[in-house]
Amino acid sequence: MIIPTTEKGAEISRRDLLKKGGAMATVTLAPGVTLMAFGGQASADGLKKGARWGLLIDAGKCPEDCSACVTACSNEHGWKNNGLDTDPQWIRKVTLREKATGRENSLPVMCQHCDEPPCVDVCPTGASMKRADGIVLVNRHICIGCRYCMMACPFKARSFVAEEVTDQRTTTPRGNGTVEACNMCVHKIDRGDGTTACVEACQATGNNAMIFGDLNDPESDIAKAVSTYASMELRADLGLGLGVRYQNV
Amino acid sequence: MRKLLVSVLMLAALLASPGFAEGLLPDIPKAMGEPHPEGNEWWRVNHPALLMHSRDQTVIEGIRDVDASIKTCVACHAVEGPDAAPVTYESPKHICRACHDYVAVKIDCFQCHNSRPEEADWAAVLPSLGGTPESLRAYLERISQ
Amino acid sequence: MEKVTYRELRSTPKVWGFLILCAAFVAAAGLSVLYIEAHGHIVTGMNNQIVWGLPHVFAIFLIIAASGALNVSSIGSVFGKKPYKPVARLANVLAVALLMGGLAVLVLDLGRPDRLVMAMYTYNFTSIFAWNILLYTGFMGVVAIYLYTLMTRGMDPRFLKAAALLAFVWRLVLTTGTGSIFGWLVARTPYDSAIMPPMFIAMSFSFGMAMFMLVMSLTTAITNRVYTTELRVRQARLLGVFVAAAMYFVIAHHLSNMYLAKKSAYESWILLGGGIYTKLFWIGQVLIGGIIPMLLLFQPRIEAKRGAVLLAALLVVLGGLAQVYVIVVGGQAYPLDIFPGFEVSSSFNDGVINSYTPTLLELALGFGGIALALLITGLGMKFLRIVPDNLTDDTANAPMPAE
Repeated sequence: MIIPTTEKGAEISRRDLLKKGGAMATVTLAPGVTLMAFGGQASADGLKKGARWGLLIDAGKCPEDCSACVTACSNEHGWKNNGLDTDPQWIRKVTLREKATGRENSLPVMCQHCDEPPCVDVCPTGASMKRADGIVLVNRHICIGCRYCMMACPFKARSFVAEEVTDQRTTTPRGNGTVEACNMCVHKIDRGDGTTACVEACQATGNNAMIFGDLNDPESDIAKAVSTYASMELRADLGLGLGVRYQNV
Repeated sequence: MRKLLVSVLMLAALLASPGFAEGLLPDIPKAMGEPHPEGNEWWRVNHPALLMHSRDQTVIEGIRDVDASIKTCVACHAVEGPDAAPVTYESPKHICRACHDYVAVKIDCFQCHNSRPEEADWAAVLPSLGGTPESLRAYLERISQ
Repeated sequence: MEKVTYRELRSTPKVWGFLILCAAFVAAAGLSVLYIEAHGHIVTGMNNQIVWGLPHVFAIFLIIAASGALNVSSIGSVFGKKPYKPVARLANVLAVALLMGGLAVLVLDLGRPDRLVMAMYTYNFTSIFAWNILLYTGFMGVVAIYLYTLMTRGMDPRFLKAAALLAFVWRLVLTTGTGSIFGWLVARTPYDSAIMPPMFIAMSFSFGMAMFMLVMSLTTAITNRVYTTELRVRQARLLGVFVAAAMYFVIAHHLSNMYLAKKSAYESWILLGGGIYTKLFWIGQVLIGGIIPMLLLFQPRIEAKRGAVLLAALLVVLGGLAQVYVIVVGGQAYPLDIFPGFEVSSSFNDGVINSYTPTLLELALGFGGIALALLITGLGMKFLRIVPDNLTDDTANAPMPAE
């Protein structure tokens, strides 16, 4: 196990680091020796002002037997679906069959990141929230686990964590008694990856059924695509203004 | 009454003896980097408020480079367990439990947060250890003496 | 005629036995909560499709019944019906107790009940849930003031009237809030209707009156107090009217749903093909909770038929629980229509009727809520002067102490 460094070729094994760090862990200290600083003031990073992050999903390019996006999400965020009704599913593949024509289709469904999210409206504590860049997520610090957001969500996007969670991904804290859903890989967006785990996985398969980007940036791929080709929102009748759009449903 | 006075005095003498006091105080593990410039006393007092402030900055405003990120705390203050991996909050040796057990303050951070760092978190901590692997090596040598 | 006097219940084995029985149920609920807390909601029957289960059925029933129980005193103080006045104090205490029982269940079923205090210092004003926190706590305060005006010697009747009117208006707003929890869920076909709040108000009239009649019957049965014939007859007839009113809203709701093409599939499911929910609707809600009680309550010479009245009140409560179950659980069992015009299937139960099998833990928690309400009411009667002591069929029209 290697800790990557910024210096050329300089590598320290994590085990070494831990051995040395651990050796002194047993030493009793006088006050004033232990803790360390990690940099100065918080810099001016943070969410991109004026952005509206979104996804464009082309159901025509999404094979029914592919679930790369689901697997990628599960790995990225550490949730596991073992087939129980209490297991969380941040993203799921839905198979569609048009009643009138019999045409079959397949697409992934996750949190649609509404402009007017019903989950945010109903949350008593404000734990269910929309960031300024349009990402809807649960602030687990103040979620009391009432599940009213799950009642209100038109897309069944949310899951309730019904048992203790251990060994979470450090980028996705999650725990018993709180509600969770797709957060559009907010940690990846904040560190500037410019994509999400599901979109990466979809592109890696070569299907290219998903595009991620800033809908408010006219130069972005997603903005160009939605302004050129027809796309639609799920349950557009509800007037919620979704951040996730679909093509060829 | 006299008996009570005597026993109180004896207890006071016992508490005043250095060996006894050392055994009672929490056994705080050393961290990996340079000491906080603000000093440990300051951090002991202020870390709850700082963590609270930083968590809101991160969750609501997307600011990741914060004064007190629980991820960084856990990475830099990791304590090695018998299996050479960092211990979790289950262990009384965990940095947070070392003090919190002592002062009997229950925290629920680790119901959601991982109490151990992931490999990527170590890499993130590295630059703040003075910025270079050399300084880290120097630090590790210094503390191992 | 002598004045109505109130006295605490005597310490009889029956009274203490009843209180201990209630306490045992409350303790069982407490153990159930600890178990759920330790293991997570995975040990209950609730899941990601049926997110609100049996505890919420009991909680919502109790909260609805609470505002209805207060009506018994409003009928005396606001609408001036004399036979109701001697029991106004008891009705107030019962109303607060039912609310506390319901809220306790609701709060203890939270994923993180330890964080309840969050709901007090982080507050989202667009949430009807958050508004209800204010409405529920405010209800307790308003009813406490009302009770104070009822129980204070020489209280100016204008103050009493003002407090009673405030409490009456408050309870209407409160039940509107409870109904809006469901009525404002736009995405779910079974809810999403402005008829929910008024329907909940009609239900509250009926459930609350029935709960009061049961408590009054029980109290007079284990003490030497009297449930006067005049009051019982009036309450029986009024309960029949309330049951009819609640049924009217149910009929109106289903008829208008049937008329809308997009909701007709739901209607044919719940009314014909919904399995347990269809049975609970027709047998539980309509037959046991509606038709039979009305037949019992509207029969001639009701004054001689104590058993029939008591049975009717019991059936209204059972039918009411069935009705709330159909609304809360049945409403979630019906799948969301995310893709209108498509048949859907997925690993997340899209497009299928969701299943729910409540566990004993949830039942214990629900019963605990009812037991807590009865325990608080019982302790209230034991230590406060709220139950008339010298009421007989002859003194029922005696002047009130406050008048």
